[in-house]
Amino acid sequence: MKTFDVEVRVWLKPSVFDPQGHAVEQALHTLGFDGAQNVRIGKYMHLTVTGESEEEARKSVEQMCERVLSNPVMETYAYELKETGV
Amino acid sequence: MKWAVVVFPGSNCDEDAAQAVREATGDAVDLVWHDATDLSAYDAIILPGGFSYGDYLRSGAIARFSPAVEAVRREVAEGKLVLGICNGFQVLTESHLLPGALLRNNHLQFRCEMVELIVDNNTSPFTRAYQLGERIQIPIAHGEGRFHADPETVAGLRNEGRIAFRYADSPNGSVADIAGILGEGGNVLGLMPHPERAIFDWMGSVDGRRLFQSMHQYVEEGLAHARANA
Repeated sequence: MKTFDVEVRVWLKPSVFDPQGHAVEQALHTLGFDGAQNVRIGKYMHLTVTGESEEEARKSVEQMCERVLSNPVMETYAYELKETGV
Repeated sequence: MKWAVVVFPGSNCDEDAAQAVREATGDAVDLVWHDATDLSAYDAIILPGGFSYGDYLRSGAIARFSPAVEAVRREVAEGKLVLGICNGFQVLTESHLLPGALLRNNHLQFRCEMVELIVDNNTSPFTRAYQLGERIQIPIAHGEGRFHADPETVAGLRNEGRIAFRYADSPNGSVADIAGILGEGGNVLGLMPHPERAIFDWMGSVDGRRLFQSMHQYVEEGLAHARANA
């Protein structure tokens, strides 16, 4: 059994208005960072999973993302996975 | 008829909902804890407002996995009436018992105020005591009430008459000004405004009463019909 370190990021789909990202963008402009654009706020999750293989661990993480960690109606996700202690 | 109000850790409108049902209909109401596995004894079930499980991850996302919501899913399939108010609406969308999702208000403010709703469907079990197009006053209290769904879903809701209530002046940026929608079978209603807070004149409106009375009338007619056929 192998252990994998997983980092999951979840954020609103591009088609969905992100009022938090919009507010932060305004704040950045107020501070003079005029070049800052398209700010989107998301969530970061860190976990470890165990599995027989990397493929199995990936499948499991993808199911977690689809069913719980993100809501596909409004959000999208990405993750990075690497075996620990390697 | 008998009503259940499901209580999650973090629900805070459960007592108000139960009291509103008693006042508006005179029916018996039980408060049922979230670990209940069988709700078949009830004719109508309310998922109340609040912050179930602290709204961790997303509003309603954790409540969806509670035994009571699994029991609700079975009763929906049986045709029982299920009403989700505010956080209850969020639980219903997260559970896929209603389409779409509820997002942070477009202005980021938590809004707690009386709003005007337009009745868009008066043939459902929840809205039959209203007039079509009637304007009613019901308060809102939410920070995440911006209804979102893809354009096909919204068109489907509109064509099937499943938009129950619209905001006269949207307080949150909801697509199509949607305040409340019906499920596919017409026996599930989710809405962000709080009808249980519009029961007495001193609350500023009594327009919420008829929602509970509609449900009462619908269920009692069904029960009378079943008795006549027995």
